[in-house]
Amino acid sequence: MSEIKTQDSNTTLTVEGQPSRREFLVQGSKAAAGVGIAALLGNLGHWALSYAADKEPIKIGVLHSLSGTMAISEVSLRDVVLMAVDEINAKGGIMGRQVKPVVVDPASNWDLFAEKAKQLLLQDKVTVVFGCWTSVSRKSVLPVFEKNNGLLFYPVQYEGEECSHNVFYTGAAVNQQAVPAVEYLMSKEGGAYKKFYLLGTDYVYPRTTNKILRAMLLAKKVPEANIMEEYTPFHHQDYQTIVGKIKKFAAGGGAAVISTINGDSNVPFYKEFANQGLRAEDAPIMAFSVAEDELRGMDTSALVGHLAAWNYYQSVDTPQNKKFVADFKAYCKKNNLPDGEKRVTDDPIEAAYFGVHVWKQAVEKAGKTDVDAVRKAVYGQKFLAPGGEIMMDTGNQHTHKPVLIGEILKDGQFKVVSRSKGLVKPEPWSEYTNPDKGCDWISHQGTYPKK
Amino acid sequence: MKKIHVTRLSCLGVVAIVTRLSLAVLLLAAVVSMVAGQTLAANLQSSPALLPLEQALSQIVSEDEAVREAALRVLLEQGDGTLIPRLEDIRANADRSIRQAIKPVMDLLRNRAKLQSPEADARRSAATDLGMLGKPVAIPWLDQAAAKEPNKWVRYTMQESAALLKLVGNDQAAKLVAVDQLGKLASQNAVPALQELVSAGSAEGVNASQQALAEAARVSIERIETWAVWSTAIETLFRGISLSSILLIMSVGLAIVFGLMGVINMAHGELMMVGAYATFVTQEAFKAFFPATMFDYYFAAAMPMAFLVAAGCGMLLEVTVIRFLYGRPLETMLATWGISLVLMQAARVYFGDLTAVAAPAWLSGGLQVMVGVFLPNNRLFIILLSVICVLTIYFMLFRSGLGLRVRAVTQNRNMSACLGIPTRKVDAYTFAFGSGLAGIAGWALTLIGNVDPGLGQNYIVDSFMVVVTGGVGKLAGTIVASLGIGGLNKLLEPSLGAVYGKVCILVLVILFLQWRPSGLFAIKGRHADS
Repeated sequence: MSEIKTQDSNTTLTVEGQPSRREFLVQGSKAAAGVGIAALLGNLGHWALSYAADKEPIKIGVLHSLSGTMAISEVSLRDVVLMAVDEINAKGGIMGRQVKPVVVDPASNWDLFAEKAKQLLLQDKVTVVFGCWTSVSRKSVLPVFEKNNGLLFYPVQYEGEECSHNVFYTGAAVNQQAVPAVEYLMSKEGGAYKKFYLLGTDYVYPRTTNKILRAMLLAKKVPEANIMEEYTPFHHQDYQTIVGKIKKFAAGGGAAVISTINGDSNVPFYKEFANQGLRAEDAPIMAFSVAEDELRGMDTSALVGHLAAWNYYQSVDTPQNKKFVADFKAYCKKNNLPDGEKRVTDDPIEAAYFGVHVWKQAVEKAGKTDVDAVRKAVYGQKFLAPGGEIMMDTGNQHTHKPVLIGEILKDGQFKVVSRSKGLVKPEPWSEYTNPDKGCDWISHQGTYPKK
Repeated sequence: MKKIHVTRLSCLGVVAIVTRLSLAVLLLAAVVSMVAGQTLAANLQSSPALLPLEQALSQIVSEDEAVREAALRVLLEQGDGTLIPRLEDIRANADRSIRQAIKPVMDLLRNRAKLQSPEADARRSAATDLGMLGKPVAIPWLDQAAAKEPNKWVRYTMQESAALLKLVGNDQAAKLVAVDQLGKLASQNAVPALQELVSAGSAEGVNASQQALAEAARVSIERIETWAVWSTAIETLFRGISLSSILLIMSVGLAIVFGLMGVINMAHGELMMVGAYATFVTQEAFKAFFPATMFDYYFAAAMPMAFLVAAGCGMLLEVTVIRFLYGRPLETMLATWGISLVLMQAARVYFGDLTAVAAPAWLSGGLQVMVGVFLPNNRLFIILLSVICVLTIYFMLFRSGLGLRVRAVTQNRNMSACLGIPTRKVDAYTFAFGSGLAGIAGWALTLIGNVDPGLGQNYIVDSFMVVVTGGVGKLAGTIVASLGIGGLNKLLEPSLGAVYGKVCILVLVILFLQWRPSGLFAIKGRHADS
């Protein structure tokens, strides 16, 4: 009602205040001149501004926990991102502009993750953010990035079932880590295992991964009775009963443990496993959350001979990896970071590192830092990462990567026992649990129904 | 040189030279072949067994599958551990199919060699592996090894593996004996194979001997399952006791600080962490300053270290903070919580995440007490330790002068002060003693988990739960409550799983406290209300 009224009164006003012809001409010419001068000034100003902007550094955000429980893992990612930025700046930056990182600390608190992401995007106006580790933290910042059209590079393997326009996933999807790992265990080369004990910490990543693995095992004709699934609370320390169950389950051979146990529960689990007289030959543990960086804080004697699946290991034998490892150690030493030269690299560290370089290449290709232009330029981008050449997918924002199965050695490093042929194409929606869904941002609008 | 020869030769006449040369060549060839023949014969005489093995080694890379199979058989029958390096060489240069064919042979030979190892663990794991490889050729090796095996459990594994391998063969009579033997051995590993025999026997159109075999297998399975019920019961009991001992060792310190002094010390978990880090530092010191042979003694040396460092921290805490907050539980709680955060972050900043404590050799592995029951050494050790701790506390509190004063101050502070007991000093000592016990708990917990800044947080809730359930101020209550909670947890966990087991325990504790708010062993009498 009120709107209609205002419109009415407006109309009457215009009719009443109609200027005379002469007045109109005078006013009109004045206005035209004003607009012209303003436009001229505006152009000048814009040119001046853009000239200044060329010299201005490009701001990027680094969103990793530097305190709290996740700091143990995430600090290394911040370090490697800053190292990559240093490398880029040392070579003259991007299009002549330096890169300036804005580092914030979300303190392992997922509400704070969203808050800090907002601060980076709206207050610091960064062009891209590198960050997050846990799936919970990613889910927490996702609405912030989608609402403000930000860009996040996420460097950790995750459970899939996500297809955001504002995230580039440089870690593995489930079909690039968990699924090939179990396929390897089922193969003759991997030991032809027939029984699988799926053991994880009780949260979204293990639950979703195990859901996919269970569907896959059933599809491969593994009987229901040969699959066990079990979860423990966070920080669980007492694995007596579970190891006892594994022992019964593994009696007679042919059984493997698929572990998605997270964080500080790993040590008590492996210790109990060894102390109850189980060996890697009786039932190997295939882990998806144990990498070099976690192993350096553990007594490895109970872990030797067990397996892990990743897309990169520090022991990968390529010239660019040797340089990468040496550079990282030198960087940590030079900047007096804790443990200096004793630091190691692992899969998420590598993924965080090449994420920065892929973004740099995309900015150079796009010629500007605008999110939409950069996103388009990232599709299909290739980079010679430390672990071998990787390629960004041409539609689903994930990364084509090799899959490597490694055996844990005494010194906390891995011996690669199996390697995928070429790169594995990422599938955010698993063919086993969501065969009817696909993810594509070029020919579709994100998640689409497959036929 | 050659050129000169040729010119000279041509001078002498080509034809004559050619005939002479060819003669010489013939002669030379004859001599060479004779010498070679002699050495060959000599070789044959000196070691007749070498030849077939050598021949087999050269034949395994053959293209012809039949030749290869025969060669592998020869290697298995006559070879031993010394062949492994040579096979390793062949394998490194061979293509995939040959590599795969050689691998089981190498595994068999390697494990055969390990059966003679001086270490019992190596012999046992070799016997298990031979059983799992499923090659009947290993049966005589296992039988021979079992006959002279001194260790009971290694012998058991050898017999079990041999019997399992007999099930693979075709000899019906031997199979029947093996089935019976596996039943007698109560071998859990045999259940899948036996079940196959049962289902094979129940199929239609099978002959009588197969049916007899199936029947024998069924009897054996029953026998194994009955045994398994008992062994599971014993193991569950042990797990309950083990968890109880861990709960007890964590909460005795708290029982003294909270129970006797009434101080809610939220930093108690961090004092455990201090004890764990003291253990870690002692270990690093042993690595740095003592020879490697002394390394295993670090753990014993770490115990007084952990106690003293944690007690020292406790003393400092009491003198600087808690002393001023007696009788104000809320302020104490907040202050100690703040201190716990400071301690945690300090540990994180100073130690980083490179903190692994390696259990000494005598505390890793376990002890087999009967078939299917395997008790880890570290857990046995903690059970023993908790008993020692409780006895020490008992003697300290009820049989020593200090204990008498502590009890007097607990019951009536003012009256004790009037009678000349230095209550401030007694408070400080009691708090330090409770903190030192937390340090010992931290020391023991390095055997179970890892050392990290969040270590205390993992245990503090459980500790409070035990002390409150047991009844504040009663040592016996703490003991009974830890036994009850630990035992119940392990009883529920197999059926409910770890997550719901824990939920269930918490609900039960809440219900219990609704029923008896002052816990299991409530203090009775006039001073109960104050």
